[in-house]
Amino acid sequence: MKKSQIIFLTFLMLGLIALPFLGSEYAIDWMTKTMIYGIFALSLELLVGTTGLVCFGQAAFFGIGAYAVVKLSADIDNPQVMYLLPISILLAGVYALFVGALSLRTKGVYFIMVTLAFAQMAYYVIHDTPIGGGTDGIYLYNKPAFFNIPISSSFEFYIFTLICLLLVFGVLGLITHSRFGRALSGIRINELRMRAIGFETYNYKLAAFVISGMIAGLSGYLFAVKDGFVNPELLSWHLSGAVLIMIILGGLGHLRGAFIGAFAFALLEEFFRSEVIFGAYSKYWHLGLGLTIILCVAFLPRGLFGIPALLQNKLIGSKKDSQVLQNEEGL
Amino acid sequence: MDLSTFFIQTLNAVQYGLLLFLVAAGLTLIFGIMGVINLAHGSFYMMGSYLAFAISPVVSESFGGGLISTLIIGVLIAIVIGYILEWLFYSYLYERDHLQQVLMTYGLILVIEEIRSILVGDDVHGVPIPQWLSASIQLSDVMTYPVYRLFISGVCILLAIAMFLILSKTKLGMMIRAGSVNREMIQSLGVNIKFLYRIVFAMGIAIAALAGMVAAPVSSVYPGMGQGVLIICFVIVVIGGIGSIKGAFIASLLIGFIDTFGKVLLPEVAGVLVYIFMAMILLWKPSGLFKAGS
Repeated sequence: MKKSQIIFLTFLMLGLIALPFLGSEYAIDWMTKTMIYGIFALSLELLVGTTGLVCFGQAAFFGIGAYAVVKLSADIDNPQVMYLLPISILLAGVYALFVGALSLRTKGVYFIMVTLAFAQMAYYVIHDTPIGGGTDGIYLYNKPAFFNIPISSSFEFYIFTLICLLLVFGVLGLITHSRFGRALSGIRINELRMRAIGFETYNYKLAAFVISGMIAGLSGYLFAVKDGFVNPELLSWHLSGAVLIMIILGGLGHLRGAFIGAFAFALLEEFFRSEVIFGAYSKYWHLGLGLTIILCVAFLPRGLFGIPALLQNKLIGSKKDSQVLQNEEGL
Repeated sequence: MDLSTFFIQTLNAVQYGLLLFLVAAGLTLIFGIMGVINLAHGSFYMMGSYLAFAISPVVSESFGGGLISTLIIGVLIAIVIGYILEWLFYSYLYERDHLQQVLMTYGLILVIEEIRSILVGDDVHGVPIPQWLSASIQLSDVMTYPVYRLFISGVCILLAIAMFLILSKTKLGMMIRAGSVNREMIQSLGVNIKFLYRIVFAMGIAIAALAGMVAAPVSSVYPGMGQGVLIICFVIVVIGGIGSIKGAFIASLLIGFIDTFGKVLLPEVAGVLVYIFMAMILLWKPSGLFKAGS
């Protein structure tokens, strides 16, 4: 691990552990939601940032994870995390296997559109058939418990989400530093060359796709349990778009970037929505959000993650900077 | 399904397909020639509908004149807006990768939606059909077909022909086609590529806005109307092959038929049909039916 990574993780950990003791109920709730989006963004980062596959249908896996837990826990008195969580993740993974196996035959913009098409299919199946409960969605009445430990209050659920987030960080960190992860990076940079040196790139990409879908399913599970409610909008292309925006905003190519992006997105939303600052105009919060996104594209082509390098470049103009950038390109 | 229902649904399918073609044509041109994924294209369709709603009372008051002058004024406004937007935002996107374009145009969608909300509000509005087009044609004892829908199809066909002629017969069209194949080459041959791009962009926006304007009396005017159209039009562009006008035309009609008849024959799965069709086409031909330049 590099020094910057250790510093980031330490501060993140300290902040997240301290929050429930300092913050109000609302802050805990907000942070839980943001962490769930963080996990969701991390799942997409593995595909877009590491493997170079732009998936525009990630919300399908999120929604399947969410609907799975709600449907499966419906008739059970004492639902358990121990089997609901793995089954939800597995179902999302199975759908990801199906989608990935077919859509990985296409490339580039066509891949973006095929993943969108499969996500829309899932959306309409949930939206139009009796299993999904239509536009109104379904409620989750019993929150799953971990053996005898209930996970129902917002503090308990915060801790549970935090553990999940750290596990996802850990797993993805291991993956990106393993031989498998290096191969994925290789595919992003030059797939033809990877094939030439003997990698079955299709299998690698499919594996990444399924892992990503499963992590998205995990975040969907968390989201459904947190809100106690699911509706078809969880599978809509707006959410697929929003999560893509999060990771681009944060800066592609780093796990931290995905989390920072999710955090910044939630923060911007909160900022432009606050009536204290904008008064009656807080109703039009999309305007501020949209303008900020446009400005970010114009001035931060490498995302929020690129700010330190950019500042260093502007203020000091250090030689190290160009080297750092080169390393990042090569990763 | 008896014969006259079938006939009416066929007319509806053609009309819907042609309308989608107008939006998809601009999208595929901007995509194929400038390499920009314009997520905000649906917003221009919406803008057109709102323009029709906003300026038709003004036009009829000051010019005493109906639909045609409204359309012309609306198109002129759309061209100006397209030109300014290209200059302000899109001209920075040509060198950037696709993800940056997605990000910026997504931001534009949010901004345009909110500006609409501030200016016009979030209510659903209707736009009246002009007197001379409000009649219906009697098809059988109980079935009629409104003339205005035929008018929409007619406008779309005229525009499609005009677009085809411009692209295949004029010098401007030749430059546009050359630009979609090799951008550096035509630049080095002395064509002002920036100006060409701006023209193509403004044209694409104007056509999308025009589609929104002629559709307004039928579809009514409501918030978020552009986004449904956007996704369907991306499907069309991809099925037809990026950058191919011919492909977009055929794909639009196919999608029009699948959607219209899907809603009549299989209402439970109608929403999915279009996407299943697209997935099948792409698995069969991974880069669409017609590749650009062919």
